[in-house]
Amino acid sequence: MPKLIKLIDGRPAWAEDPFLAVADEDAMPGQGGVILSLTRFQAEGEGLLAAGRAVGVRLEPSEAVEGLAYDLPRLAMVALAFPKFRDGRQYSQATLLRERLGYTGEIRAVGDVLREQANYMVRCGFDAFEFNDNTGPEELAYVTHRFRHVYQRAADDKTPIFVERMKGGADA
Amino acid sequence: MYRYDAFDAEMLQDRTAEFTDQVRRRVAGDMTEDQFKPLRLMNGLYMQLHAYMLRVAIPYGTLSGAQLRRLGHVARTWDRGFGHFTTRTNIQLNWIKLKDAPAILESMAEVGLHAIQTSGNCIRNITADPYAGANAEEVDDPRVWVEAMRQWSTFHPEFSYLPRKFKIAIGAAPNDRTAARIYDIGMKMRRARDGKLGFEVMVGGGLGRTPYLGPTIREFLPAEHLLSYMTAIMRVYNRHGRRDNIHKARIKILVASLGAEEFARQVETEWEALDKAAIDVPEAEIARIRASFASPAFKTLPAINDAVEALKAASRPFAQFVKHNVLAHKVPGYVIVNVSLKAPGEVPGDCTSDQMDAIADLAERYGFDETRVHFDQNLILPHVALEDLPAVYEGLRAIGLATPNIGLTSDIIACPGLDYCALANARAIPVAQEIATRFADMEVAEDIGELRIKISGCINACGHHHVGHIGILGVDKKGEEFYQVSLGGSGLEDARLGDIIGPAIAGPKVTDAIEALINTYKKERTTGERFVDTYRRVGLAPFKAAVYAEAH
Repeated sequence: MPKLIKLIDGRPAWAEDPFLAVADEDAMPGQGGVILSLTRFQAEGEGLLAAGRAVGVRLEPSEAVEGLAYDLPRLAMVALAFPKFRDGRQYSQATLLRERLGYTGEIRAVGDVLREQANYMVRCGFDAFEFNDNTGPEELAYVTHRFRHVYQRAADDKTPIFVERMKGGADA
Repeated sequence: MYRYDAFDAEMLQDRTAEFTDQVRRRVAGDMTEDQFKPLRLMNGLYMQLHAYMLRVAIPYGTLSGAQLRRLGHVARTWDRGFGHFTTRTNIQLNWIKLKDAPAILESMAEVGLHAIQTSGNCIRNITADPYAGANAEEVDDPRVWVEAMRQWSTFHPEFSYLPRKFKIAIGAAPNDRTAARIYDIGMKMRRARDGKLGFEVMVGGGLGRTPYLGPTIREFLPAEHLLSYMTAIMRVYNRHGRRDNIHKARIKILVASLGAEEFARQVETEWEALDKAAIDVPEAEIARIRASFASPAFKTLPAINDAVEALKAASRPFAQFVKHNVLAHKVPGYVIVNVSLKAPGEVPGDCTSDQMDAIADLAERYGFDETRVHFDQNLILPHVALEDLPAVYEGLRAIGLATPNIGLTSDIIACPGLDYCALANARAIPVAQEIATRFADMEVAEDIGELRIKISGCINACGHHHVGHIGILGVDKKGEEFYQVSLGGSGLEDARLGDIIGPAIAGPKVTDAIEALINTYKKERTTGERFVDTYRRVGLAPFKAAVYAEAH
């Protein structure tokens, strides 16, 4: 069973993964999409892209997304790694990718990715998940629809309560 | 005061349902304790020495009578009939069973109470000047802005897994009543020359093992940009705060290592790049919130009440109560009544369910249905008509809460310490009780005057010992309780960290040492000079000599 879940039009579904995560010490496969570390991308990305390969980059929390600004239009996806589920830096990185760098491609959560944080990830702009627990599309749909409202704007398109109130939606 | 509307209520319902489901998953073994812990903490549940502790949020320290009564009910039904008000103006229930937590949260949600983000590495409950709306000095009602921040920070998707906990306070007046400089972010309301409303922003204060007073990073932030500016600060911290060492993860360490100027520059750069209009709450919503904090319907009353004057002349205890616990109100004929939770011999900050009920009754009957929590671990009835003061006094006296000791030696801040807390090295409560009892006599206490003693049972400094006029820190020496004493601290507008006087003192000797310090003050003081000012003027030497002469 594939372990990748993608949001398609906001709905989670299992997805085939067209990318192979290539570790720094692994040999580069001769064909197909690859996900590389930032270091390896900086060394070999240019050549792979020139050869027409689909290339994604995996960023650790300490590797600033701004470093990818120039390459983003050419990247097939960005993977943001959670070494521990409690490490919250990637929420800011995903937000910046969407809101500041205008990135519209896939942002994938990888590493220690758990169900109970997934709603915040979606709100910050993640749209693909490799869960480290038993979460499937149904569970993901459940946790991302648990709250009827949100209090603040984020990288998703949810309307914050202060706007709902002004529209006269409040029946209080 | 702000009442939750249908949106706020639905947020609480959904949160309770979420946590109920998370508890179910944990009990079913579908989550490890490591995975569950931050979720439990962000719902206010701590595992303590003897039981679970539930910390209930009291936004800007404001409670209606119904809410206070409900807290009493919860404590009576699911705990041991009392609660503990904290320096963060929250209340802690110390004997909770995990299985009861969902029922407790549901009961509280009915009156708009919750335990959201009272723990965990997220933006915690935000405090404000406790005399908001009652104090003539205030620049603006800080609760308007704190309520806007409460909503913005609740379930913030980007800032719920920060390097460490994050605490914010907003002071309303030139006189700080929030200890803003010891907060991760402290703010003070200001008005520019052109009348525009704004905030002075201080970042990177904190106590614990590396205490700092927060430097000002912006002299004037226009009020309407509060949330976008907060977003910029939080983002810089979330990205760059240390995560490799829990003791260096607070924002104070980041600010200190970058320097306040460089930190401010990074915040300003981030802020300039933000879509402010998307984050800042529109004027109409601020106006809606502001309307909910409109002044109650004060009557036109004489500024002096003859019956009160007569009772002051006839009753010494009443006169003392008025002198120490009652403050001027912005409206003539009204007063602010401080309710001391520091009766000598009692546990500082503790309040029984019966007392909560009785205070709620007084608030409803005489106080426009409002009570407040002060970070000194006392309560406040912020709007009492002078003509009702004798009745309020009698009501408080009947439940043992008319102790006239606000700001005096026995008005001690103390953390729960080793009696409850899993982190503590030593007890704090018995030390506070012994000192308060020694200085309970009103004549003695009035002669000493303002003296703020603060006691923590460990280096985490929940009892604010660094900023006590006298600070007392419990340490463990080979299984015995010792206490390190410091002098000259303050968390208010004369903010300063205290100086440690010398080697820690054995538990049984602490009260004698405090007495030696006080005797030294009496010898050295000039007329009308407070303890802390005498210390700051004459320095450590005579105090140190007195303590260690008597200890050996």
